[in-house]
Amino acid sequence: MRLRRIKAIAVKEGLQIVRDPRSLMIALLLPLMQMFMFGYGVSLDVQRIPLCVLDNEASQQSRDLIGRFAASRYFSLVRALGGQRDIAPRLDDGTCRIVLVIPSDFSRSLNDTGAGRLQALLDGTDSNTANIAANYAKAVVSAFSISLQLETVQRKGGVPQSLTPVDVEARVWFNEELESRNFIVPGIVALVMAIVGAQLTSLTIAREWERGTMELLISTPVQPMELMIGKLLPYFCVGLADAAICLALAVFWFDVPFRGTVATLFFTTSLFLLVVLSIGYIVSVSIRSQVGASQIALLLTMLPTTLLSGFAFPIDQMPALVQGVTFLVSARYYILILKAVFLKGSGLTALALPILCLALYALVLVVLAARAFRKTLD
Amino acid sequence: MADVVVEARGLSKRFGALTAVDRLDFTVRRGEIFGLVGPDGAGKTTTMRMLASVMLPDDGQIEIDGIDVLRHPERTKQHVSYMPQRFGLYEDLTVDENIRFYADLFEVPPQVWRSRADAMLTASDMTTFRARLAGQLSGGMKQKLGLICALVHTPGVLLLDEPTTGVDPVSRREFWEILYGLRGEGVAMVISTAYLDEAERCDRLALLHRGAMVHCDTPAGLKARMPGAMIEIMAADPRPLWEIVRTLPGVKEVLLVGTGVHAHVDDADRRLPEIEQAIGAAGVAASRIARVSPSIEDLFVALLELNGKRD
Ligand SMILES: Nc1ncnc2c1ncn2[C@@H]1O[C@H](COP(=O)(O)OP(=O)(O)OP(=O)(O)O)[C@@H](O)[C@H]1O
Ligand SMILES: [Mg+2]
Repeated sequence: MRLRRIKAIAVKEGLQIVRDPRSLMIALLLPLMQMFMFGYGVSLDVQRIPLCVLDNEASQQSRDLIGRFAASRYFSLVRALGGQRDIAPRLDDGTCRIVLVIPSDFSRSLNDTGAGRLQALLDGTDSNTANIAANYAKAVVSAFSISLQLETVQRKGGVPQSLTPVDVEARVWFNEELESRNFIVPGIVALVMAIVGAQLTSLTIAREWERGTMELLISTPVQPMELMIGKLLPYFCVGLADAAICLALAVFWFDVPFRGTVATLFFTTSLFLLVVLSIGYIVSVSIRSQVGASQIALLLTMLPTTLLSGFAFPIDQMPALVQGVTFLVSARYYILILKAVFLKGSGLTALALPILCLALYALVLVVLAARAFRKTLD
Repeated sequence: MADVVVEARGLSKRFGALTAVDRLDFTVRRGEIFGLVGPDGAGKTTTMRMLASVMLPDDGQIEIDGIDVLRHPERTKQHVSYMPQRFGLYEDLTVDENIRFYADLFEVPPQVWRSRADAMLTASDMTTFRARLAGQLSGGMKQKLGLICALVHTPGVLLLDEPTTGVDPVSRREFWEILYGLRGEGVAMVISTAYLDEAERCDRLALLHRGAMVHCDTPAGLKARMPGAMIEIMAADPRPLWEIVRTLPGVKEVLLVGTGVHAHVDDADRRLPEIEQAIGAAGVAASRIARVSPSIEDLFVALLELNGKRD
């Protein structure tokens, strides 16, 4: 491997990027547009869900709980129902999307056993909203139970034995405002980076074939590895610029709290970039037309990232086989890392495992990319 | 022979059912210009590509500088320069940037390639275009730039696939001046061309037809092999001429060319008046009837005929 040849290719490729202002604009504007498109399009933020309550107990504690729902901006209390038979009509005529039913023994069992039972009835026609509403309701309830326990602890001067379910607790803990956007936006960053990264390199080899420069290039002593490194380098820089745009938008426009360090963010983003740039490069090597390569690259990055990364569909709800497949989706690790860096402020040590997976992934793909290229016309 | 730089034996390439190159055998020596001539689709480009080891032959062997190219395709690339038929440089890079790119790929020391590039740019009147994008050069200048890039390292073998197609006659002459200079330096050259005058400048010529080598000789040797002579008859509508002339005695072959027909006859002095007479008798218009020196195509057709390969 010769540094001089790598540099020559990187400089040449860089000049070509700079000399083609249109594609450079696309490379920098595309992520911007996609961030907005997905940021608003996919944002699962649901606010002011109409809520009815059926309070069968009418105690201090049940009224406290209802008060919490009413105060939350995720629900708006429409009316209190008189009895069980009012529930179905209210859901049917759309007065509310969710009915909270408080049993008559709510505070008694809460005080006796430390566990109260509630029933939430949801309008399932829009299952997405229903899901979110259910999650919000759980979150409101768990916030309520935490404060209840804290009260108990303060009163008794002890330590609470059990906390609310881990899943719900985690959401409340790391995302106090219960904003689904905070979870969605890091996923969108990963999606945009995957799409844009693979697009960037998908054209680089196909272009040489289409313009007829490849025949001369492969008649020189350049080695496939040199070609790959030289070609990825300038796109890596463009990709980092894209990442900076996406991440800045996430923080300053979408107001996702950022608790980690920029260094961790860019280190892990670099790994992910290596993966997606290599995917684009491999596609570009295999498909000799620019249009074809660009489309295949889009499919290869967008589909798994949207469907199998946990971005839109929770992985733990997938069939076991599909769950296994998600381990092969690099965005899975990156999204996990991004969420942790953003919302928890996790560092390199806390994220050692997903980072290792991502690094391994990058290594394998870079090697594949280097070997994918054959210096022959047939 | 120590002098042999390129040696091809039984070189073959097939694309599906089509045999593009059919068992070629030839050698090229130091300081020799070896021409590949043949009609479109004869297999010239395919042969060049295999010599440049950008395409693998299905059969046969190639040795360059004694190195088995099939076994070590990368080893010979240091010594070989290839100029593809289609312009292969970067149109969005300047003249200088293109030269530098290839100098870097071949790891030519900076002072060496700079002085070589200076000299060649000056020789081809291109110094004022150094900062111009290659895509904005004229066809002739593009080809010259291609040659300069091919020569920025010091290749032992130069492969040129129709390098002067679309280049004006003056530039073509300059082009050949450079090639003669390289011949003096001992570079072995393989060049394919569609121009007769260029074919005649080669030291030896291989005539290809459907991938096979029909003849291989010096230009003079090839001409000597062509029996008879060529008569050109010009007319606005050559079709009826062709019908008449092909039936006349002593006419071996009549070719339609753009402005008339070329008749290959056994004896020009005897057949010329006969043809004139026959055309006059038939009342077909002809603007000119004269003996001409055979074009590459005439020579080619005649030699194929001689070989009995034409169908
Ligand atoms: N990659 C390929 N796949 C299939 N067929 C091919 C390929 N390359 C060349 N051919 C066929 O092989 C034959 C020889 O082609 P080649 O390009 O070598 O001819 P050529 O002598 O260079 O012609 P030209 O004067 O048009 O450049 C032609 O019939 C061509 O169609
Ligand atoms: Mg050709």
